[in-house]
Amino acid sequence: MSGGLNTARFLGGWLLKSAAVLLAVMTLNFFLLRLAPGDPAVVMAGEAGASDAQFLEQIRKDYGLDRPLPEQLLNYVTNVAKGNLGYSYRNRRPVADMILERLPATMLLTVSAFVLALLLGTALGVLAAAREGRWQDGAITVVALAFYAMPLFWVGLLMILFFSAYLGWFPAFGMASFTVSGNAFARALDTTWHLVLPAFTLGLFYVATYARLARASILEVKHQDFVRTARAKGLPPGRILRAHMLRNALLPVITFAGIQAGQLVGGAVVVETVFAWPGIGRLAFEGLLQRDYNLLMGVFLLSAMMVMVINLMTDLLYRVADPRVRAGA
Amino acid sequence: MKDFWAIYRRNKGSIIGLVILVVVLIVALAGPLLMPGDPWEIKARPLLPPSTTFLMGTDVLGRDVLAGVVHGAQVSLLIGLVSTLVAVTLGLLLGAFAGYFGGPVDDIVVRITEFVQTIPSFILAMVLVAVLGPSIGSIVISIAVVTWPPVCRLVRAEFMSLVQREFVEAAVVSGQRTANIIFREILPNALSPIIVMASLMVATAILTESALSFMGLGDPNRISWGYMIGAARSALRQAWWISVFPGAAIFLTVLAINLVGEGLNDALNPRLARRGRV
Repeated sequence: MSGGLNTARFLGGWLLKSAAVLLAVMTLNFFLLRLAPGDPAVVMAGEAGASDAQFLEQIRKDYGLDRPLPEQLLNYVTNVAKGNLGYSYRNRRPVADMILERLPATMLLTVSAFVLALLLGTALGVLAAAREGRWQDGAITVVALAFYAMPLFWVGLLMILFFSAYLGWFPAFGMASFTVSGNAFARALDTTWHLVLPAFTLGLFYVATYARLARASILEVKHQDFVRTARAKGLPPGRILRAHMLRNALLPVITFAGIQAGQLVGGAVVVETVFAWPGIGRLAFEGLLQRDYNLLMGVFLLSAMMVMVINLMTDLLYRVADPRVRAGA
Repeated sequence: MKDFWAIYRRNKGSIIGLVILVVVLIVALAGPLLMPGDPWEIKARPLLPPSTTFLMGTDVLGRDVLAGVVHGAQVSLLIGLVSTLVAVTLGLLLGAFAGYFGGPVDDIVVRITEFVQTIPSFILAMVLVAVLGPSIGSIVISIAVVTWPPVCRLVRAEFMSLVQREFVEAAVVSGQRTANIIFREILPNALSPIIVMASLMVATAILTESALSFMGLGDPNRISWGYMIGAARSALRQAWWISVFPGAAIFLTVLAINLVGEGLNDALNPRLARRGRV
């Protein structure tokens, strides 16, 4: 009866929380820039070699750096609300433009890795639980432990060494081949081909985590009464797994995926750097090299927004997987 | 102590982890003796493959990769330990006060904790190091700033349940100072899970440090594993050894710490050890 109302309340809560988080990130950004040693105007100008007095005066005026701090903060927040993330003096372009053109690539990479980790992780966890104590279980546990200890960028480089340099199966850099042109299908295929290594690199760490999570929760419900009853009724094992156990195994995985969304987006930065994937992570790396603080802070803000979006996705998934939450019970 | 060792020993992985960790520690401490001289120094022709003279080959400039791996152990372990120490102290203080006092103090701490756990912490760490300038100190601060929340949550939860116990009430009634009650009466009871968590945080801190160095945000005066891998990228296809060996060093160290952490968990939290580990 109150399903619609529940959803509205849920979305309202999400919007409120997102607004609070973004406001906090903006405040953090604002003070970080002033934490940097030296004059914020010089910092914003970057090491562009353009730090003549007139230019700095211009920056001070543009950003109201001569005004009192609270007024500056208010200014910054209003500007961001209008979509103005500041200007990259190094690249002579508005930061918002630079980020927006890179955002789809990052979204594609992050969401692919996320879906991959969710599906593969749960599947492996179920397999490990079903073969509890046998070699498959042991193997999955060991592999999970190993991936848990490998630096993401190193996994990426190993992937390039093996699958690109040695086997020659997948491209190691970028998002598209120069040679591919023509119809949309060919281009989509080309992008997917480029996506394989980065998405697996980013996803494998989470595959390991989710496999262990799913395994633990399946083993927990395996011996509960409702499963025993189902077995006693003579239901086939596959049916019991799908209808009774999988749902229970998925819930902690989804919860955890939501908690780790920030980590996933942070990992995307590293993976994009390794594979020269043209997303906002790669942009952040360029911003780092150039000490382009406006750009860095824009990326930080946008990445926080992405986390909020992924959180919304996981919350929605959770509602699909667990009817109790949907009913507002 | 005898019990502790008896339970720890049961987990074969934890024993292996302990052995690897001890080796890494020895290498870090005795590094300057094992590989005397400056690891930045050019020793031979660039990109020499592993051989008996250079066990791990030479890098793009002709520096000995083995010397870098040995000297890099210091930076990794130092940053891993110190940043964890700072993060645990921070999380412990905030969590203890929030859990003990409750009310508005608790509200504020919980909000800050949630915020830090929501945002992409690696990106914040990156921005922090970039703003403060890359150095051991700024890397330690950045890692600590993004990793304290789990400790805070844990300590807060422990305090909230312990604060209602009789021995705490007795301490309050007997007129002990609040700081005394928090640190002498309650804290020792919450120590085991904190130790386990801290051991795993060292592993995460080492991974974060290596990623920061890989991105070019390492201390420019100290050679580190992450830096070596970052510098190896340009010659990845010609010389696998420059990136594979330092990466293996990170992998083994982090794996060892994680295994030791599991052993500690078994030995210090026997109640939890039986349940399905995540």
